[in-house]
Amino acid sequence: MVGSILPLRLEAAAVRRGGNRLVGPVDLEIAAEGVTIVIGPNGSGKTSLLRLMHGLERAAEGRVRWAVPEAEARTRQAYVFQNPILMRRHVLGNIAYPLLVHGVHRAEARRRAADWAVKVGLGEALERQASSLSGGERQKLALARALIRQPDILFLDEPCANLDGRATREIEAILVAARDAGTRIVMATHDMGQARRLATEVFFLLQGQVHEAASGHGSLGRLATPEARAFLKGDIVE
Amino acid sequence: MNEILEGLIAAARLVATLDRDLTEIAARSLQVSVTAVVIASALGMPLGAWLAVNRFRWRRHVIAVMNALMGLPPVVVGLVVYLLLSRSGPFGVFGLLFTPTAMIVAQVIVVTPLVASIAHQAIRELWADYHDLLISIHTTKSQRVRALLWDGRRTLLTAALAGFGRAIGEVGAIMIVGGNIDHATRVLTTAIALETEKGNLALALGLGFVLIALAIAVNILIHTLSRTERASQW
Ligand SMILES: Nc1ncnc2c1ncn2[C@@H]1O[C@H](COP(=O)(O)OP(=O)(O)OP(=O)(O)O)[C@@H](O)[C@H]1O
Ligand SMILES: [Mg+2]
Repeated sequence: MVGSILPLRLEAAAVRRGGNRLVGPVDLEIAAEGVTIVIGPNGSGKTSLLRLMHGLERAAEGRVRWAVPEAEARTRQAYVFQNPILMRRHVLGNIAYPLLVHGVHRAEARRRAADWAVKVGLGEALERQASSLSGGERQKLALARALIRQPDILFLDEPCANLDGRATREIEAILVAARDAGTRIVMATHDMGQARRLATEVFFLLQGQVHEAASGHGSLGRLATPEARAFLKGDIVE
Repeated sequence: MNEILEGLIAAARLVATLDRDLTEIAARSLQVSVTAVVIASALGMPLGAWLAVNRFRWRRHVIAVMNALMGLPPVVVGLVVYLLLSRSGPFGVFGLLFTPTAMIVAQVIVVTPLVASIAHQAIRELWADYHDLLISIHTTKSQRVRALLWDGRRTLLTAALAGFGRAIGEVGAIMIVGGNIDHATRVLTTAIALETEKGNLALALGLGFVLIALAIAVNILIHTLSRTERASQW
């Protein structure tokens, strides 16, 4: 295995749309290990920040830098969208697709996709059309598809929104296993319990800025600004 | 009213007796139109998908031209192909004028813009769904086009069937480049035109019913095949 694509550095990076700055300028570093949780009110820029890091949004200002050349970094990361994007294929075809794209042979891709389907609890649904899956199953499919190439870093945008407690725990277990296998995790969430369980680092976003950051275990509790405290208490923060 | 009845009877008699001439021209109609649609699909569908996926300077104009070409008058297409293939034309040496190949060439030109436009419309919607995912997975442009064509195959079938409908019912272009020669280039539509001109209205109408039945049969066949396609295929 070649060296890690991390750390990831944002240097005064900003996303713009139609003359407005949606995010930034942001300076931050995603170091080699851990689970980064991104929190903040609706519209604070969590999705935009994740998309910027992943390269789905261009940095209109500043830079997004990986430890390796960008072209290589792009192939070693994955993203789980706020609303899972399902291909019009069956479950196996969806999960195997990234492998096929990157040159793995069909039979091998199929075998590994079946393994992953079992791992995320979709072992009984291999041949079903992805569109027939429930919300929780769709998220699991998206997760398996994102993890199948064992990315160095995985971005997740509220993967457990709309899921019940059990499905949320199942997805967290998969994430913990991926983390232990060496995948760096950066996740936006509105679930503070989940943030508490997983975070080794927290970014609190407000109006497109990283308003406050904290790291280490129990990092959520270390957020100290009045805005962050109010947000954690469930007050409305603007 | 009487004529329509006679037409139905003529059609029934032609089909029931498996009239030699009828089966021959019906088979030629199918052969020419199906070949033209297959070629038009092979050209038009990737083109439509490519236009959906790529951003370039003249894209809007290219799409506008493609849409406009859907309205290309077949007679004019026939005339141009005639000039190109005639003995003094640039492709005269191949001796293709008044052959089924010439008819296929003309129909490909008539049908491709239609197939490409419908395919483009369908693929554009699918691309809007897939965009972020395919960018995230770091697909190449040609992988994107292939994924869209494959996953959109059911809607693309509609494009092909629309093309087939236009081809099998087309008369202007193939009349000019084919010449409606008996046992060589006569097809259902040109035969109908000829019989009408000769005043054999019942026979013309009978051929018309056969044409309609053929078009419907092909549509039903293709839809049945696509529905029975196993969902697990990839
Ligand atoms: N394509 C766009 N064009 C214009 N404005 C946009 C676009 N996408 C997002 N925005 C705006 O950017 C801001 C940040 O949006 P973003 O989706 O990043 O927030 P978020 O923190 O993920 O919100 P949520 O918790 O609701 O998912 C919002 O004000 C939003 O309206
Ligand atoms: Mg969001």
